[in-house]
Amino acid sequence: MLNADDLLALGPLLALLAATVLTLLLVAVRRSHGLAAGTAAVGLLACLALLPGAARLAPRDVDGLLLLDPAGLFYLGLISLAALATCLMAYAYLERFDGRREEFYVLLLAATLGAGSVVLSDHFAAFFLGLELMSVSLFALIAYPAARQRPLEAGIKYLILAGLSSALLAFGIALIYYDSGSLQFSGFGACFGARPMGATGQAWLLLAGNALLLAGLGFKLSLVPFHLWAPDVYEGAPAPAAGFLATVSKGAIAAMLVRYAGETQLHDQPAMIVLLELAAILSIAAGNLLALLQDNLKRLLAYSSIAHLGYLLVAVIAGGTLGAEAVAYYLLAYFAMNLGAFGVIAALSSGRRDGEGEADRLEDYRGLFWHKPLLAGILTVNLLSLAGIPLTIGFIGKFYLFASGVGAARWLLVAALVAGSIVGLFYYLRVVIVLFARQPAAPAPGIAGNGAAWASALTLSFLALTLVWLGLYPEPAMELIRSVHAPFYRTEVSRLRLRPPPLRPSLRM
Amino acid sequence: MILLAIVALPLLAGILAWGAERFGPAAPRWLAAAALAADAALVLWLWVWPAPGTGSWVAEAIMPWMPRFGIAFHLAADGLSLLMLLLSALLGVAAVACSWTEIRERVGFFHFCLLWSLAGAMGVFLAMDLFLFFFFWEAMLVPMYFLIAIWGHERRHYAAIKFFLFTQGSGLLMLVSIVVLAIAHYRATGLLSFDYFDLLGGVFPPDVGFWLMLGFFLAFAVKLPVVPFHTWLADAHTEAPTAGSVILAGVLLKTGAYGLLRFTVPLFPAAALAFAPVAMALGVVGILYGALLAFGQHDLKRLVAYTSVSHMGFVLLGIFAWNAQALNGAVIQMLAHGLSTGALFVLVGALQERTGTRDLGHLGGLWAAAPRLSAWGLFLAVAALGLPGLGNFVGEFLVLLGTFQRYSPFAVAAALGLVGAAAYALIMVQRAFHGENRQGWQLADCNGRETAIMVALAAGIVGIGVFPQPLLATAGLALSGLQRLVGAS
Repeated sequence: MLNADDLLALGPLLALLAATVLTLLLVAVRRSHGLAAGTAAVGLLACLALLPGAARLAPRDVDGLLLLDPAGLFYLGLISLAALATCLMAYAYLERFDGRREEFYVLLLAATLGAGSVVLSDHFAAFFLGLELMSVSLFALIAYPAARQRPLEAGIKYLILAGLSSALLAFGIALIYYDSGSLQFSGFGACFGARPMGATGQAWLLLAGNALLLAGLGFKLSLVPFHLWAPDVYEGAPAPAAGFLATVSKGAIAAMLVRYAGETQLHDQPAMIVLLELAAILSIAAGNLLALLQDNLKRLLAYSSIAHLGYLLVAVIAGGTLGAEAVAYYLLAYFAMNLGAFGVIAALSSGRRDGEGEADRLEDYRGLFWHKPLLAGILTVNLLSLAGIPLTIGFIGKFYLFASGVGAARWLLVAALVAGSIVGLFYYLRVVIVLFARQPAAPAPGIAGNGAAWASALTLSFLALTLVWLGLYPEPAMELIRSVHAPFYRTEVSRLRLRPPPLRPSLRM
Repeated sequence: MILLAIVALPLLAGILAWGAERFGPAAPRWLAAAALAADAALVLWLWVWPAPGTGSWVAEAIMPWMPRFGIAFHLAADGLSLLMLLLSALLGVAAVACSWTEIRERVGFFHFCLLWSLAGAMGVFLAMDLFLFFFFWEAMLVPMYFLIAIWGHERRHYAAIKFFLFTQGSGLLMLVSIVVLAIAHYRATGLLSFDYFDLLGGVFPPDVGFWLMLGFFLAFAVKLPVVPFHTWLADAHTEAPTAGSVILAGVLLKTGAYGLLRFTVPLFPAAALAFAPVAMALGVVGILYGALLAFGQHDLKRLVAYTSVSHMGFVLLGIFAWNAQALNGAVIQMLAHGLSTGALFVLVGALQERTGTRDLGHLGGLWAAAPRLSAWGLFLAVAALGLPGLGNFVGEFLVLLGTFQRYSPFAVAAALGLVGAAAYALIMVQRAFHGENRQGWQLADCNGRETAIMVALAAGIVGIGVFPQPLLATAGLALSGLQRLVGAS
């Protein structure tokens, strides 16, 4: 049974849920772009406002399905902020959109709710439910301009691959359940850790289950070799949706992976770590090398995000408190810089008509600095941050990754990180050079003259300021991340958990 | 706090200069020049009235920055830092002055980049926290990258990316070394710190120390540059606008030498000692190969760029010989090279502005057309070849003297570089200024602004050449402090 404290602890998620329903109802009553966007924004703000109250009650185990711990709430806050930024940028982007605009926000809120349950889940049922909610909403978001060919194509590609990855996940979860008899992360974690891998036939099933699970998550994270969908989907999706896809959906899965690895002591399983290591190195190599060949900014960002998820895996593999903190900080940086980069694309694309596609070719950006200095300056800061140059948050994030990799003595991964960063410079700088080229292209239509442009400009400026501020003075964010990862919480949770772990199923053979 | 002001002043002035563009192109120029002159005055003030401190340190500022990792915003200056700061500020003024008519587009942003790059270099000379050092080290690159990529010559994009990749790539290796060093220190003592003074005297297994030392050495060797990591330099110097070349040669190369002097050897004395023969051999190769390459160039700017490779070889030699004379010589060489090469780039820039070419095949016979400009050229050429009485001679002589005491074969080989220097310096004078004026050049001679830059830089070169004692005294205190650090461990 839920009690009042549970409700308070669940407040942020309930706020998201209420906002989703409310927006849906409002759309049915009265179509108004501003009203829908405003309701969504207020709902997200309400979720953020309820977070401190929930944090006071954390860590809290809700019915064995969700574990509301400080780290999970931190990620929920991050996701809500990203959704808020997407919401504001989409408001400017969709202002000139010919079709119906209001449902975008319903889908956005639903996807955010799904992502929120993923990061807070402690049980495969909650995880899978959240994941599906997120994936289905994302599929619709990607194909939102359904009258156009490329978004539709991208949406269908994402649908098929999301379905495939869900199937892999479901099968993996089934195998894990068969072997451990539990769907709760911590419940089978104990049995996972107790037996050395490969000792019995059942352990092989557990191994296979985990491998399938990682493959399914790999699809969502677009890790090599499950990355093939990412460039096409990014290219086809409308820019705000692509930014949301790159940040929230990947970030939620990555946060869940960290929790899963911690709860199940994944680090004691060398086979799993080798798989992750392989995925990390391949993602860094393939993402960076393929990004070199791109002439389309969205495809370039897609490959760069493949590489960045590879970097992030370094901290996941390193593990420990420092590893978890590194993931949190890097995700914070990754969210800010990708939202900013896609936001600039969205701002430049908002005036485009159906046939033109989005402003995503590198040619569209030639000499941008000389006629749109604000947008070009913001994009430059974002690109430098993606490249990991000091004065930006990306550098501090990379420093965290280095520290965690070195601390865990993962030399191969650190070497990959260095090599990947050097290759990365090439393609980020190529874009920067184009921005500052002397022959400006014909000024693109876009942000100017759009009544809602202020929302986008405000959000982008705020993101860029955050990028630089947390690059210069990262202490506040570091302190927050450190406090939510304080190691004492796990013991408290185990004392709180009153319910005995469920019994093994009787279908053992 | 004065140290903070020294770094903050150019940063602030940079932002103001960018904004001041609306008041006409002269406003950013005057603002930048005034800020750098004020910066130089601050440094001089610190030199004359040092804060009462301990040992060789004249001023210090420390603030918490990222306590999570034991990182502090820690600046400190000793004589070595002061000399480098002074050089940076003075060359900065020269760089602003020499681009007065060359840069006509986007003047505000140009001066913003110039000032921020210099501020980064000044931060490098002051940072006593390894993380902060790396922060400044990378921060000075980005504005320099823009200087080359936006205001450079024909192949500027190629040169800018190459410059950035070389320095940033090697910098990442240094970052890994810094992190490993801090974590090794944490494991040994339980104290996580990136502070220079905490990390000094760390004891590692020899192989760990060696790899860490190599990480640091590579970053600084690329910057210095040491053969075979010198290939970015010729492109970057050649394609950069004049001010960029002056700052690159005069200040940014010095950060590499400073890093070797301040960090590589004191942090890893044993590994550095074992590595000294290799490093010195690389130094000698740089001296001779740089001179050879310079001799073979047709492009005047490229020629000057390669002389830097040769001159900085002496600095590398002096640092790894690690005795009082050689170290003093290395510091004097850094200062003298900064002034003389900076002035040479100003001169080449002035020639290019007038003639539109840097090709020695097209120049020639300029003496009759522009006698004063050509005379300055001759003066700088003999300064570069190490004429006694001028600064470079003192530096090279002291380096050779110090090196000879411990590694005489290297000193003998390096001395051959002086012959090479004479060859390239004289061929430059001959082909650019002497001979027949086949192209019929009609040039305006030095104007007042250019004469003022030349007089100021030449006064410095002569001053170092005839009366180096104040510099030796200032640097000597700092250098003997470094030597004590190494000797103690």
